Amino acid sequence: MQTVVQTLTWHDTWYLAPEIVLAAFTIVLAILDLALPKRIGRNIIGWGALLGLIAAGVFVGWHIHDLSTWEEAGKEPFRNLLDGSYRVDDFGNLLKLVFLGATALIVLASLGTTRTDEIPIKGEFYYLVLPAVLGAMVMASSGDLITLFIGMELLGITSYVLVAARKSAGISGEAAFKYVVTGGTASAFVLYGMSFLYGMTGSTRLSGIGDAIGNAVAESPAMVYVAFFLLIVGFALKLALAPFHAWAPDVYQGAPTPVTSFLGVVAKGAAFAMLYRIFVNTALYAYADNTQLRDDLYLALKVLAAAAMLVGVAGALRQQNAKRLLALSGVANAGILLIPLALDVTNFHASLFSEFIYYLLAYVLMNAGAFAVVAVVARGAKSEELSGFAGLYHRAPWTAAAMTVLVCSLAGLPVTGGFFGKLFILFGTVQTKEYWLAAVLLASTVISYYVYFSFIRQMYLRGGESELPVTVPVPTGLVIWICAAATVAMGFLPKPILEWVDGLFSLTTDFFSR
Amino acid sequence: MLDDLPILSMIAFLPLVGALVLLLVPQGRARLIRGMALAFTFAPLLAAVALYIAYEPLLGGEAFAEKLTWLSVPLNMEAGLSANGATSYRLLFDYRMGVDGISLPLVLLTGVVASMAALASVQIRKRWKLYYVLFLLLQTGMYGVFLARDLTVFFIFFEMTLIPMFFLIGIWGYFSRENAAKRFLVYNGLGSAVMLLAFLMLIATAGFSIEQTASGAALSFSGSYDVLAANLADPNAAANLNGSMFLSDSLKGAAFALLVVAFGIKLPLFPFHTWMLKVHTEAAPPVVMIHSGILLKMGAYGLLRFGAFLLPDQLRAWAPALAALGVVNIVYGAVLACVQKEFKLMLAYSSISHMGIVLLGIAALNETGFEGAIYQSVSHGLISALLFLIVGTLYERTGTTRIDELGGLASALPFTSGILLTAGLASLGLPGLSGFVGEFLSFLGLFDSYPWLVAVGVLGLLFSAVYVLRGVLGMTYGALPDRFAGLRDVRFVEALPMIALTALIVLLGVYPSLLTDAMAHGFDGALKLLQSAAGR
Repeated sequence: MQTVVQTLTWHDTWYLAPEIVLAAFTIVLAILDLALPKRIGRNIIGWGALLGLIAAGVFVGWHIHDLSTWEEAGKEPFRNLLDGSYRVDDFGNLLKLVFLGATALIVLASLGTTRTDEIPIKGEFYYLVLPAVLGAMVMASSGDLITLFIGMELLGITSYVLVAARKSAGISGEAAFKYVVTGGTASAFVLYGMSFLYGMTGSTRLSGIGDAIGNAVAESPAMVYVAFFLLIVGFALKLALAPFHAWAPDVYQGAPTPVTSFLGVVAKGAAFAMLYRIFVNTALYAYADNTQLRDDLYLALKVLAAAAMLVGVAGALRQQNAKRLLALSGVANAGILLIPLALDVTNFHASLFSEFIYYLLAYVLMNAGAFAVVAVVARGAKSEELSGFAGLYHRAPWTAAAMTVLVCSLAGLPVTGGFFGKLFILFGTVQTKEYWLAAVLLASTVISYYVYFSFIRQMYLRGGESELPVTVPVPTGLVIWICAAATVAMGFLPKPILEWVDGLFSLTTDFFSR
Repeated sequence: MLDDLPILSMIAFLPLVGALVLLLVPQGRARLIRGMALAFTFAPLLAAVALYIAYEPLLGGEAFAEKLTWLSVPLNMEAGLSANGATSYRLLFDYRMGVDGISLPLVLLTGVVASMAALASVQIRKRWKLYYVLFLLLQTGMYGVFLARDLTVFFIFFEMTLIPMFFLIGIWGYFSRENAAKRFLVYNGLGSAVMLLAFLMLIATAGFSIEQTASGAALSFSGSYDVLAANLADPNAAANLNGSMFLSDSLKGAAFALLVVAFGIKLPLFPFHTWMLKVHTEAAPPVVMIHSGILLKMGAYGLLRFGAFLLPDQLRAWAPALAALGVVNIVYGAVLACVQKEFKLMLAYSSISHMGIVLLGIAALNETGFEGAIYQSVSHGLISALLFLIVGTLYERTGTTRIDELGGLASALPFTSGILLTAGLASLGLPGLSGFVGEFLSFLGLFDSYPWLVAVGVLGLLFSAVYVLRGVLGMTYGALPDRFAGLRDVRFVEALPMIALTALIVLLGVYPSLLTDAMAHGFDGALKLLQSAAGR
């Protein structure tokens, strides 16, 4: 077979603008950090990073607009670059917006709370966040196994460094070490699975794999199963899905709070993007040829989701440390986020992506907000234990109120984004008649009331050791309030967002068009 | 007059507005906070009374129904629907409110009990502002539950009662209040989760409708009560035909069972009752007034509205089991109430016993029984609110509510003791007081179908005479312990709600048609469905 290698043209750079902007900002900020004299505070690098994130976001928005005008003009709304190994489509763009927005919130929150005695080299922290997001964006936009893997490694390796940024704390180094080992193992599993896929289908291009997988299954189903199960294990490790979640509490606790927040939201979202790309493009595509493979794989995903939800909340029950608690809550939430992908696509149920991205967005807001509150409280109490929240109602009533909203959203209580997102996923689950999975989701939700209300118990029912008011730095307070307000808005008015997503995203164009 | 006003939404949301206004008042202005909270509690009560006056049983609540399209979420059609001519495929959440003969008495009850509890809240000694904000939020949730006509909206209001109640128990309760609040949260959370599953099962099947428009077929899922009821009764609806929306009999049975569990926890049904004992003993008396007076009734109402009326076949199949469960509740509650030394715990068991009567009324499957169930709910709401009002008054003065530590209060607190005796008599079902009517109607309704169960149930009532008299007489008669010699009887603000509640109990006892007239025709639709279910 003759392959024509398509090279990058000048014209293509326009479609890579968000990625290029991020790369440029990374380099400039790194040099700036070296060149600036010591007496100048490194917060300026943070503001620079924020600017870079916003600029990249503007370009992504521009692309979304471009694509929708193409659609109106009757042209297929996606763009293949480099022979289809990089795709600019609505699936990727929407996720990129989520990643950039989440990172911007996290950076903004950290501008108020990062202490020099905790993160000695602040500049490094800010300019390393950018390549990490870049990695996540590459993952969301890939149409090829190699590109996916490069994105994953870019995100992974920068996050290892970020986890270790709390140089004065021993647990930070320990966390980074654990993260390197598990992250490396995950990459190995993923790579191993990818190599089997390549071996069976002769292509690293996702579309090529999708076309050839039917034959591959017919020839030697065992190899295909091995490939996919290796991939599932790798992703489960990356996503901290039970039973592959043991690293998460330690790493989340050891990492600086903004980095924890980043790992919980962006790293997880990116791994999901990759999972969607591979599974929808290949396994779902092979549906017509072999339902057995598809059913088995999706059953495995369902079981994994159920296990993560139950193990996550059960583990969080006894946690006294706020960050460990949120880490385990992240395990449970990863399980919830996995459900839409794991459900059958039938005539009547095809809204998997709307379900996923709505809950992801709600999760981004509640997670970023909750970690910002944790950072503020930990700064005052000098500890990240739950008891630091004691009496917060007296010490910072408005922050306590915002935290109450965020916690209600985590627990899925109305009327919040978390409630609506869960409701939407649950509806899909019931629609496809997976009642057992719905029951597990609900059971884990009930247990989670107990978990999340431990924040509320501390804030309202307990008196703190000190009754001193907690000071909330302006940028962090802003983030907390943006997150709380958006969480409430997402509960009352999910329609505009879902309408927008539904208008842009299309299963056939974004995944199956070549 | 009321036709132009969205009166139902006003009733439901006035307290919420009050809560938001209160947030703006500075913490220290205790009198202002209290005054505003009272105003925003009495306002919906007045609106509810106006509604009661304007309501015409024969016409039903049509004139007051409200419908607003709240959300219409697009679902993906790419996997085959658009190829088959569908033009839109949506998940609808309508904001629908309605009132009929079943919800009207309960709305009035909510107004009365909430107002009296607000008056009784003078007993609250700390963090007034937060207390009243939560108190008002709770009211919006309760009114909403009785007025909502969409499953999702109902669920949201139902959950809205959960969080304020958690705080009200946990902050202002007695010694092990935190424990009680946690238990309340987990049990009721479980109940709502089970309810949500049942609701979604119904929405995803019976809520499905196809509307043919000029441009093509518009497909939608809706949680609206009217749509569900119509689709479930229509043999040609997708839910009743073998296809991907088919709601088979076993699934219907499962949904009904889930609803029985969900509302049974709230009611509370016998094995699920432990949480409410804790709440009764540990929460502050005004909070228990609301809890015992209104929140338990949400279970009865939900079971009737969403279990019985939507799934009449299943109700018919379950009726013997429900009746048996009701009898178990009556006897179990009554027997255990007889041996309690703590007056509050005795009242809690008595509540279990009295809520069992509601189940009997529902299981009767006839109009008399249904009326009895609602009447009993209202009557028990008033009586238990009055009893806990007295509990609060007594505890404030004596520091205890243990029956064996009290005695001879009739000489020190003559007024309170008199009211206590009246409330006790109403509770044991003395004719001429409201408790009698509810019990009588429920038993009468059930007598047609299960005379034996009625016989056993009435035995339970004998016990109620035993425990009520034992408790009340033990506290008011005999010698007054010396340390209680200087007690002063009630203040005016406490006497007011006591008199009002007693007056209502007497009024409903001698003049039951005040409520039964409003209830008339409220069950017509359901009874018709039940009869057609029996014919099949």
